Amino acid sequence: MNFLDRLPKDFWTRNETLVAAVIVAFCIVATISDPLFFTVTTVSDLLRASIVIGILAIGAMLVLVSGGIDVSFTAIAVFAMYAATKISLALWPEMPWPMIFIVAMLVGAGLGAINGIFIAFFKLPTLIVTLGTLSVFRGFLLTFVGSQRISALPPEMRDFSRGVLARGTTEAGNFYSIPWSVLALVGVIVLTWFILQKTMLGRSIYAIGGNPESARRIGINVPWTQFFIYVYVGALAGLAGIIHGSVGRMADPFSLVGLELSVIAAVVLGGARLVGGYGTITGTLLGVALIVIVQNSLIVVGIPTTWQSVTIGLLILLGTGVPAYRAKRAAARAG
Amino acid sequence: MAQTDATPFIDLRNITKRYAGVTALDGVDFEVSAGEAVCLAGENGSGKSTLIKIISGVEKPTEGTINIDGYDIPQNSPRIAAARGVMVIFQDFSLFPNLPVYENIAYPTQMNARRRFFDRAAARTLAGDVLARIGVEIDLNERVENLPVAQKQLVAICRALASNAQLIIMDEPTTALTEKEVQRLLGIIRRLKDDGVAVIFVSHKLAEVLEVSEKVVVLRNGQKVAEGPATNFDTKSLTLHMTGRDVPEAKPAAVVQGAPTLMSVNSLGKSGVFSDISFELKAGEILGVTGLLGSGRTSLAKALFGLVRADEGAVSVDGQQIPLGDPIAASQARIGYVPEDRLTEGLFLTQSIMRNVAIGRLDEHARGSFLDMKGLYAEASDWIARLKVKAPDIQAPVQSLSGGNQQRVALARWLSRAPRVLILNGPSVGVDVGSKADIHDIIRELAGEGIGVIVISDDLPELLSTCNRILVMREGRVTDEIDGAAATEADLAHRLAS
Repeated sequence: MNFLDRLPKDFWTRNETLVAAVIVAFCIVATISDPLFFTVTTVSDLLRASIVIGILAIGAMLVLVSGGIDVSFTAIAVFAMYAATKISLALWPEMPWPMIFIVAMLVGAGLGAINGIFIAFFKLPTLIVTLGTLSVFRGFLLTFVGSQRISALPPEMRDFSRGVLARGTTEAGNFYSIPWSVLALVGVIVLTWFILQKTMLGRSIYAIGGNPESARRIGINVPWTQFFIYVYVGALAGLAGIIHGSVGRMADPFSLVGLELSVIAAVVLGGARLVGGYGTITGTLLGVALIVIVQNSLIVVGIPTTWQSVTIGLLILLGTGVPAYRAKRAAARAG
Repeated sequence: MAQTDATPFIDLRNITKRYAGVTALDGVDFEVSAGEAVCLAGENGSGKSTLIKIISGVEKPTEGTINIDGYDIPQNSPRIAAARGVMVIFQDFSLFPNLPVYENIAYPTQMNARRRFFDRAAARTLAGDVLARIGVEIDLNERVENLPVAQKQLVAICRALASNAQLIIMDEPTTALTEKEVQRLLGIIRRLKDDGVAVIFVSHKLAEVLEVSEKVVVLRNGQKVAEGPATNFDTKSLTLHMTGRDVPEAKPAAVVQGAPTLMSVNSLGKSGVFSDISFELKAGEILGVTGLLGSGRTSLAKALFGLVRADEGAVSVDGQQIPLGDPIAASQARIGYVPEDRLTEGLFLTQSIMRNVAIGRLDEHARGSFLDMKGLYAEASDWIARLKVKAPDIQAPVQSLSGGNQQRVALARWLSRAPRVLILNGPSVGVDVGSKADIHDIIRELAGEGIGVIVISDDLPELLSTCNRILVMREGRVTDEIDGAAATEADLAHRLAS
C-alpha cells in the first residue's frame, strides 16, 4: 500500500489541506518577494506569536467540537493572569513560576466552571452564556481585582520568560530564540490529542457534537461532559493568559480581550464546524498558523497591514463558504 | 394469553401511564417472546410511543409491572433496559453523522463496559463481526453522514447487536426504504429471529412488515383494542382497528369529458435534481405525483410554484407562461402551494388562526394604505367555517390545533385566494387517519369545483383514493404514468420502489 492510498478519502477536499496549501503558497510568494522571509528567524518569530493564540484555539476547538461556542475565554485568560499575578505579589512574591501557573489555571478552571454550570446544568445556549460571562468576568476584574497595569511582575515570571530552549544568531546576523513556552503549547497539544482521540470522554465530546440527542439516548452523561469541557477550556485559557503576561512582562488587565473572534476564526478555518462534531488539532494549528502569518507577514508580500482583517475575513468566507456551499448543493440535489 | 411453552422476554402487566391528567396508556398487557416479531400499530396519540418509552425505560409507568427476561424490573431506566438487551432504533437512527461506521457501532459497547480509553482496534473488530453476522458489507471507516439511508439503518441495527440486543424495537422502519431495501431488511430480520432476537415494529404502515411478524397489537386511545396472529390482519382491518371506524375507500370522480387544460408543464428540468418533466393538468383533475424520498418529487412541487428555480422547460397556466423561480408570479397566476412541512414552511405557528388565513388576502382588502380589517376577518372566518376547522376560538394560535386542523388552516388560506391550480405536498403528513379522510373529501370537492389539484405524496392509499392519474418519479424522472382508477396499491408500491 503506497502513501497516497493511505490518505483518507476526503483528503483533497478537507479544510486542513486547503489551509496548508494556502500557507505553502503564501510562503512561496513571500520567499520570492523577500528571500529573507523563509529563515529560522521568521519561523521562530511566528512560532512565538502562535503560542498564546494556539493554546486558546485548542480550547475553542474543543468547545466547537462539542457543538457549543465560547467567546469568554479571553476574559477568563486575562482574569486568571491578572489575578494570579496579584495573588503572587500579595502573598509570596518569590512564588516559583510553576506554582503561579497552577494558580492561573485554577482560576481559569473556576471561571470555566461557571460557564459550565450555566451551560450543562441550566441548559442555556452557549453563545448567550459566554457573551454574558465575557462581560461579567471582564467587568469584575476591572472593578474588584484591579485596573492598573503591573510591570513589576513576580521575579519568577520574568525568569520564565527568559528561559529558552534554543537561541542563536543566523549567518546573516539575525537573532532567533525559541522560548520555554513552546513546551506549554506542545504539552497542551499532546494532552488534548490524547483526551480527544484515546479516551471515551474525548470520543463522547465528538458524539455530543454530532448529535446531542443520540448521545443522551446511548447513555452518555451529556451535562458532565459539557461541564468538563468548559472547566478544561477555562484552565487552558488561564495557562494562555499567564504565558501572555509572563512573555509580555506585564500584567495588563486590558489585553487579550478582543482576540476571541480571531481565535475562533483560526479554528473555523481549520475545519471545525459551528454546528459541532467536526474539528481536529491539526486543522486548528494550521488555522492558527495561517492567521498568525497573515497578521505578521502580510507586509512581506507588499500588502499593507490595514488589509489584514480584510484578508482574514476573505479567508474565512472562502474557507468555510466553499464547503458549506458544496454541502448545500448536495442537499438540494438530494431533496 | 401468555404462551405456555416459554416465558416471554418482555412481559408488561396492566400498564397505565398518566401525564398531568391525560391517560396515555390504560391497563395495557403486552408480551413479546424471544425470536418473535411483533407489530405495534396505532395512530398518532394512541399510546404506542408511550408504550415503547416504558419498555425502554425512558418513562416510568404510573401503574403496572414490567418483567424483562424473567426479572421483575420495579425501577426501569434506559441503562437497565439496555443492560437486559432492549435496544430502540429510532426513526432518525440516533447515529453520529460525524463519526465513522465502526465507532458508531462499537462506542456504546465500550461505554457500557465502563472503559476509560477508547480501543479502536477492538471497535473495528467488533463492528466487522457484527456486519458479518447480518451479512452486510459497509466500509467501516466511512463517516455515517456519507451513507445512504438504508445503510444508516443497518448501522443502527448493528449497533444494537453489538450491544448484545435481545429485543430490537424499530420505529417506522420502512418509511425511507425502496422495495429492494425493504426485502433485504426483512431478510436480516428473519436471520435475527433465528438467532433468538425479538423485534417490535412500531409503525402506521405495517403492510410491509406483516409477512415477517408473528403477532399484531393495535392500540387506540391508550387501550389495546386488538391482538392476534399477524395472518389475521391486513391493511384494511388494521385501519379499522386503529381508527375504530370503517373509513370507506372513496374513489375520485372521473374528470369531465372535454375539460379544458389548466396547467401544462413542458420538459421542466433542474440539473442534478429532476429532468424532462412534462404533463398537463385539466380543470377538475387530481394528479398524483409520487416517488421515494430523494426522487425529486418535493423539488418538482416547489419548482412548479417557483420556490425552486428550474433550469429549463416551461410552466404555463391557461396558456400564459409563468416565469420560472418566481413564487409571486406563480401565485398571481393563481397557483397555490401547501408545503409538506406546514410547521416550518406553511404556518405562522404563534399567530392566530384568523391571521394565518387572512394573510393570503391582504392585498385584496387594502383600502389605500390601510387594511379593511372587518372585511378581511369576515372572509377568513367564512373559510374557517367552510373547512370545519375545529377550534375553540379563531383568535387562538395555530400551534394549539391538532395536525389535521392545522392542515385545514393552511388550505383555507389558499382557498380564500380562489386558486385555479392547487399543489398539495404531503397533504396528510402527521394527520390522524380520521382527519385524513376529511382532507381527502375536501380535495375531491375542490376538484369538483373545477380546480386542478396536484397531490404530492408517498402515501399510496391516499393517492389511490384521491387521484385520477398518478405520475411515479424515480431519480428525478417520471418513470410511470398510472390511471388512478385502475391502479392497485401493490402495483404502485412495486413501480415506486423496484
